[in-house]
Amino acid sequence: MAQQGKPVEFWRWPETNWVNPYIDWEKGKLVTAGVDVGSVSTQAVIMVDGEFFAFGNTRTGSDSPNSAIKGMGYALEKTDMKIENIDYCIGTGYGRVNVPMAQQSITEISCHARGANFMYGPEVRTVMDMGGQDCKVINVDDRGKVLNFMMNDKCAAGTGRGMEVFADLIHVPVWEIGPRSFQISKEPPSISSTCVVFAKSEVVGLLEQGVPENEIMAAYCSAMAHRIMELLKRLGVKEKFVITGGIAKNEGVVKRLEKELGIKTAEQVWANPQYRKKNYPFDTQLAGALGAALFGQALLKMGKTISVKKT
Amino acid sequence: MAGIDVGGKNVHIVIKKDGEIIGKGAAPTGIKKAETVEALYDQVLKQAGLMRKDVERVVATGSAAKRVAFANGFIADAAADARGVIKLFPNARTVINVGAEEGRSIKVSPEGKVLDFAINDKCAAGTGTFVEAMSRALEVSVEEMSKIALDSTKSIPMNAQCAVFGESEVVSLIHQKTSKPDISRAVMDAVAGRVGSVARIVGLEKDVVVVGGMAKNAGFVDSLQKNIEMPVTVPEDPDYIGAIGAADAALSSILEEEVKAKVVERESLPEGKAY
Repeated sequence: MAQQGKPVEFWRWPETNWVNPYIDWEKGKLVTAGVDVGSVSTQAVIMVDGEFFAFGNTRTGSDSPNSAIKGMGYALEKTDMKIENIDYCIGTGYGRVNVPMAQQSITEISCHARGANFMYGPEVRTVMDMGGQDCKVINVDDRGKVLNFMMNDKCAAGTGRGMEVFADLIHVPVWEIGPRSFQISKEPPSISSTCVVFAKSEVVGLLEQGVPENEIMAAYCSAMAHRIMELLKRLGVKEKFVITGGIAKNEGVVKRLEKELGIKTAEQVWANPQYRKKNYPFDTQLAGALGAALFGQALLKMGKTISVKKT
Repeated sequence: MAGIDVGGKNVHIVIKKDGEIIGKGAAPTGIKKAETVEALYDQVLKQAGLMRKDVERVVATGSAAKRVAFANGFIADAAADARGVIKLFPNARTVINVGAEEGRSIKVSPEGKVLDFAINDKCAAGTGTFVEAMSRALEVSVEEMSKIALDSTKSIPMNAQCAVFGESEVVSLIHQKTSKPDISRAVMDAVAGRVGSVARIVGLEKDVVVVGGMAKNAGFVDSLQKNIEMPVTVPEDPDYIGAIGAADAALSSILEEEVKAKVVERESLPEGKAY
């Protein structure tokens, strides 16, 4: 995906969007949207009467309002819906107060809990959201309500940003790190530095010593799993356990974490069999925006919305 | 006598004769640490007009002290700092060493013994590496930052603790048209804040002496004084203190003929409080 003349940016994961071909939105009563402006990625999800209609998953730019507009535009791209057709929009994530089309904002903790409940089903008890700049462990009930949570937003170790820095350093696209970290003859000791900055020097040292790249990736993934374990141990993990966010897509980290934890993460499927049958795209990064759109549906139904204005 | 301090970023070597420094030198540690040490050692000896056989004892310290294959003994970093400082400043009770990859605070006795110490070696925030990372983002050299930070008129708190997040924050401060002196000040304040909290773990007692590479950074020293609300003293060659302390240790161990008791193996030292 490198363009000619431009330096390859190995952290750049591909952007995606999708529309549900089985829904005629014009027949729907309630159209809501959730926009999750994270530090690294922005997702917009559109729901029609509680059904998943469309999404756009983009990278966050230099400011939140434009990133939200870009994400929403990307979600609408494959539809014939216009932004005016959305009845209620909720912003969430790091930049939630700067979502121009949103009437309300809800914290990403609540939205991830709610979204995970929708994606994985009511049996989910622990949701771990591994985002670009933070990592949250959330204990939830059967309705997706937050019971307790704990987060690390101070340190890049154990976040998506840490993985991106690593991808750039070893010049391997970020989505290849997971699979390649298993193409090794034996599991190497993990990177000993906690700090991403120090880990970088450690990795450079390993490269210099001629350690195979795949082994270094394994060492880095396992260090990240260790780091996340600390947070999980503090809050406690109950099954079903699910991971949302970008790092959930990195099997190198997820499988090593499962091994260390002794608990498997729940299968990546839609809780709703309707989606499962139709092979709808499952994207762990969508949990926040989905949760926000679901809150919008609930609030509209209860008539508890804040002055619905059309922008 | 020779003292060799192999740090995260630089190697420092000091050669002492009858208590006087007769040769010193520094070089970036690099990846091949052992080779750097060998080359620098020969260079420093040559400048002092000495041969390897002229040196009676070599004591190594620093995070990679064990890489000095020809060392006769090792001394813990904290002990080397304490020894190095107390010779120069007998009234020193707290030694704060801020290096490239570590920040530590040491409570010292009037005899130069380590009474207690706290260390941060896990996180780049509160170390020289943090300032280097920010200087790259700001496109201003560390030396320049240390000077212009003193010209700052506004104190802006940095939200990010982590060096990785700090880089993005510096970039957004630049976009907000924050002046370079103000950003530099914010960076120094952030490091001082972290170092100050390490220092408060062991407690601050006058006189406070600041050593290590960051002690050469005037902007940081100024921020640190404000943070800990105490004046600090900086020796002439703050980054050589570890090597000086190691050379002193080499000397005293010969004088007292208590080689093993005085120069201890790193592993047998009490663990500092990790924070």
